[in-house]
Amino acid sequence: MSVDKTTVAKIARLARINVPDDRLEPLATELNGILNWIAELDEVNTDNVEPLASVTGHALPMRNDVVTDGNRLDDVLSNVPEGASGFFVVPKVVE
Amino acid sequence: MSDLVTGRTGDWEVVIGLEVHAQVSSNAKLFSGASASFGSAPNENVSLVDAAMPGMLPVINRECVYQAIRTGLGLKAQINLTSVFDRKNYFYADLPQGYQISQFKDPIVGEGSLRIVMADGSTRDIGIERLHLEQDAGKSMHDQHPTKSYIDLNRTGVALMEIVSRPDMRSAAEAAAYVRKLRSILRYLGTCDGNMEEGSLRADVNVSVRRPNGPLGTRTETKNLNSLRFIQAAIDYEVARQIEIIEDGGAIDQETRLFDTGTGTTRTMRSKEDAHDYRYFPDPDLLPMIVTQDEVDALASALPELPDDIRDRLMGEYGLSAYDASVITEERDTARYYEAASDGRDRKLVANWMTVELFGALNKSGKSLENCPISPEKLGELVGLISDGTISGRIAKDVFADMFETGKGAAAIVDEKGLKQVSDSGAIETLIDQVLAANQDKVEDYRGGKDKLFGFFVGQVMKESGGQANPSMVNQILRSKLDGA
Repeated sequence: MSVDKTTVAKIARLARINVPDDRLEPLATELNGILNWIAELDEVNTDNVEPLASVTGHALPMRNDVVTDGNRLDDVLSNVPEGASGFFVVPKVVE
Repeated sequence: MSDLVTGRTGDWEVVIGLEVHAQVSSNAKLFSGASASFGSAPNENVSLVDAAMPGMLPVINRECVYQAIRTGLGLKAQINLTSVFDRKNYFYADLPQGYQISQFKDPIVGEGSLRIVMADGSTRDIGIERLHLEQDAGKSMHDQHPTKSYIDLNRTGVALMEIVSRPDMRSAAEAAAYVRKLRSILRYLGTCDGNMEEGSLRADVNVSVRRPNGPLGTRTETKNLNSLRFIQAAIDYEVARQIEIIEDGGAIDQETRLFDTGTGTTRTMRSKEDAHDYRYFPDPDLLPMIVTQDEVDALASALPELPDDIRDRLMGEYGLSAYDASVITEERDTARYYEAASDGRDRKLVANWMTVELFGALNKSGKSLENCPISPEKLGELVGLISDGTISGRIAKDVFADMFETGKGAAAIVDEKGLKQVSDSGAIETLIDQVLAANQDKVEDYRGGKDKLFGFFVGQVMKESGGQANPSMVNQILRSKLDGA
């Protein structure tokens, strides 16, 4: 598996990362290096092996349906560039 | 096929599938301990998990999982003992994580089915493809400021069930019947309050058209419809729009559309070229979710009687029509009211009084069954008075109106106002004699062949009696006097 310049541009756009045009080709080369390295795993025969979700053997822990959190407006809004009347305020987004 | 739509160039078949988002009834959110309640102050029900602060980890709410399983059981669906949570990646201001935790490949509930009942009493089974659990997003307000949007994360992370149907519906009426039935089942189960106005239940509608028995056409998806009326209007609009485009030689674009509630039209939201690439992958913060067959069995054994079961009973044991039985069983409260009101009474007559008079009066006064002035026992009492001949059906309507206004009992009102039906044949005979004597000319006409005058005499006698004469006795005695002499 390998990626070309167009794919890198697309991934960058989806991730909202601004990549200048002259960086696309070098990035593709770097990413392909990583992909090729990981592709070495393809040499292992995994027929009849169940996908492994966790090495710990734990089951998904569950919580009871009890309200234990909330009412912490100051914490929640502590990093906002802009807030008003308890809301986050962002540049207008209407699709 | 009566559901075909006729265009300029021939008939078209409509194909509809629905994705319904139902908010799970729970105290806390799907992956955090913040409250899932509606109507709090902005950002009050937000934990650091919901706000996606770095390092926060999701822990699933067991009750939300159980609610999804109960719903799956209510839809006669396969419950998957192992299911997986995935990340659906996209950027939006009301989604602080940058992804929605959802289930993509391995949902908790697989295939099931749901039976809809149409107005003519006919039924159809609509396939359910899957049900999965996912997080709701926050709420954006765009009307508070000219250049800014305001974001409230109270709804962020509340548990949703996305219930996906098969493309089995063939008309807007069937789609509405499907949503109505689904809402009914969710409310019986107590897994979603079904409140469409508050957004607890909303539907995305997939619509395409094709020639009867032809290959499937290209579909469009209209998002976020929160009333039965809007669902039907959006479908009607899409069907007409698509047929016109195809008949004009054009092609349908596969796209997401928005419904404008003001104009009843749909418009492009985003097209396929610009379609979101969600890059689903298993959420590394969450292990696969395992439930045991014992847990599922315990949930199944505690399920309430569902609308279809009650409906079958009302039709089978009580002889109600398919339509009446459906109307009565749509809401659990209505079914309970009916069972209490009709206990020991004429079951069909009670059904009739409920669906016509009671629902009519409730509608007109804007009241619901919850604050209905007439208790089920009192409605039963009224029907009892009709059944035993104490009052006529016509008088009963007046008594009913009085009961609805004052909350008094039927017998009390009948006594108080002296409305008891006159079933004394002597008294009725006297009334009839008076009417015949006062209308000698019409008696002659009737006997001369004007049969239709019979109704006139009945009307006069009923009028003279103040509506209290027993109508069947009036008919009987009148006929013997007019025809026998």
